[in-house]
Amino acid sequence: MSEKDLQKTENKAATERIRNVKTFMPRVDIYQTKEALFLVADMPGIDEKTVDVELEKNILTISGRVENGNVKDHSLVFSEYEIGDYERTFTLSDEIDRDKIKATVKQGVLRLELPKAEKLKPKKIKINAA
Amino acid sequence: MFSPGIWRMKRFADSVPEIIDLQREINKLFTHVSQSTTPDYPAVNVWEKENSLIVMTELPGMDADDIDISVTGAVLTISGTSKSDPVKEGETYLRQERELGHFQRNIELPFQADPKEVAAKYEKGILTITLPRMKEDLPKKIKINV
Repeated sequence: MSEKDLQKTENKAATERIRNVKTFMPRVDIYQTKEALFLVADMPGIDEKTVDVELEKNILTISGRVENGNVKDHSLVFSEYEIGDYERTFTLSDEIDRDKIKATVKQGVLRLELPKAEKLKPKKIKINAA
Repeated sequence: MFSPGIWRMKRFADSVPEIIDLQREINKLFTHVSQSTTPDYPAVNVWEKENSLIVMTELPGMDADDIDISVTGAVLTISGTSKSDPVKEGETYLRQERELGHFQRNIELPFQADPKEVAAKYEKGILTITLPRMKEDLPKKIKINV
């Protein structure tokens, strides 16, 4: 695996930020079932209070604020990863039922369930003998 | 083999974290020139106080039971397996970026840690291991007899 694959990816800033911290792009897995789309994002350092999920029109934004990871009375002697906020946006299609989106956070992983709209769920069409 | 070389960073022990950030940025510039080995997973940050060391690592979404930590002399070993969501038939991945699977990492400590006193905490996806120095390993003051 190349270094790029293992290191956190820093967001290229499209807009100027007020907080003077780096932002990273959380790694996500997306998979779909017949009923819903699941989005799983790695955001170590966040909990349910510091993570935000916003949906505006069809733009879904997930963001998380992480406190600076300094340890009291200790000095950093070796460092391989950096600590910063997270942000990533996704464009949703119309096939998502916006009112039923569910989000949970567990051990720094944000899990979104995006149910598919009722009318778009795959239907089995019964064939009648003529 | 053992990694990382905490020793090499020793001279920065008293400096502010920004210096280390700067050093990393500079190293990044030359990465393609010198680096042939891949970085280890998971990445660790090491903090130091007089007689103890704190090792932090980001391991999002695991169960505490799936993480194994062991200390043998001056070597700390972190290993575990992160699992993906069980995918049933008819479910398809559209995107897979997360690191999943088995990992193991051996970290050489600058001193002998007391295995009985090692404490670990796992919250918000961050593993924090506190390693106090073994009492027998502490530097002893030697009195000079006149």
